[in-house]
Amino acid sequence: MKNKNFATLSLLIALAMILSFVESQIPSFFPIPGIKMGLANIAVVFALYKLSIKDAIIVSVTRVIIVSFLFGTSVTLIYSISGAVLSMIVMALMQKSERFSLVSVSIAGGVTHNIAQVIVACILLKSAVIRYYLPFLIISGMLTGVVIGLISAKLIERIKK
Amino acid sequence: MFKKKADFILIITLILLALGSYLICTIPNGEPDKVVVRVDGEITDVFLLEEDGTYSLSNGTNILVIEDGKAWLEDADCPDKLCVKQGKISKVNQCITCLPNKLTVTIEGKNSDVDLIN
Repeated sequence: MKNKNFATLSLLIALAMILSFVESQIPSFFPIPGIKMGLANIAVVFALYKLSIKDAIIVSVTRVIIVSFLFGTSVTLIYSISGAVLSMIVMALMQKSERFSLVSVSIAGGVTHNIAQVIVACILLKSAVIRYYLPFLIISGMLTGVVIGLISAKLIERIKK
Repeated sequence: MFKKKADFILIITLILLALGSYLICTIPNGEPDKVVVRVDGEITDVFLLEEDGTYSLSNGTNILVIEDGKAWLEDADCPDKLCVKQGKISKVNQCITCLPNKLTVTIEGKNSDVDLIN
């Protein structure tokens, strides 16, 4: 049982890495830094609902670190890890409370991820002028959160374990 | 898709948050006056929006153009060129960001406390 769990986790991390790579190849539609689909979050939401909070954290953090080392820089690592950690905390708390639908959890994940990015950008740029982007990033986080949530819900429904 | 009361509360809260941040951070207030360039948090250049010109910023990493009351980055040495794609800005609070070069260009109003650097 422990080995099976290990294999499932490895599979999800690999999947999250592939989704990150696929996403990096898609040109951004909106010229606002930080707006992206967040496809890798499908694997994280899946782990959160099918496995456990601990497993979801492992998938999320491992993926961010490996992907940043492979395709990013130390700066992208800071942005991604802060977004991943904040959204993971919020999603885990919401899922644990059992008061929210999966799509809501995914929406909150998308929005908090983007808010973390703005905060980190303000710190790194040592200036708060980019708060200008905040409303756009909140809305885009909601929209991508809906899409990722619906895909994850379908996936969880189809894949019975 | 949403069936619980908490879901509706969450969605309403997020929409209010988006609206609130729009009103506080994004909506233009006042007459546009200056183009302020910040690199790594420090104001490095201040230009008047009504004065046309082409400027090299931050030791040439980004090229700023001001023309007809609009400002935009014409070229940059960053890999993604996201700052160039962000297009033209002309209203107070609007902002162009080049994250790799830690550079921002913002439009500020007359009442802004930023002084012209000569």
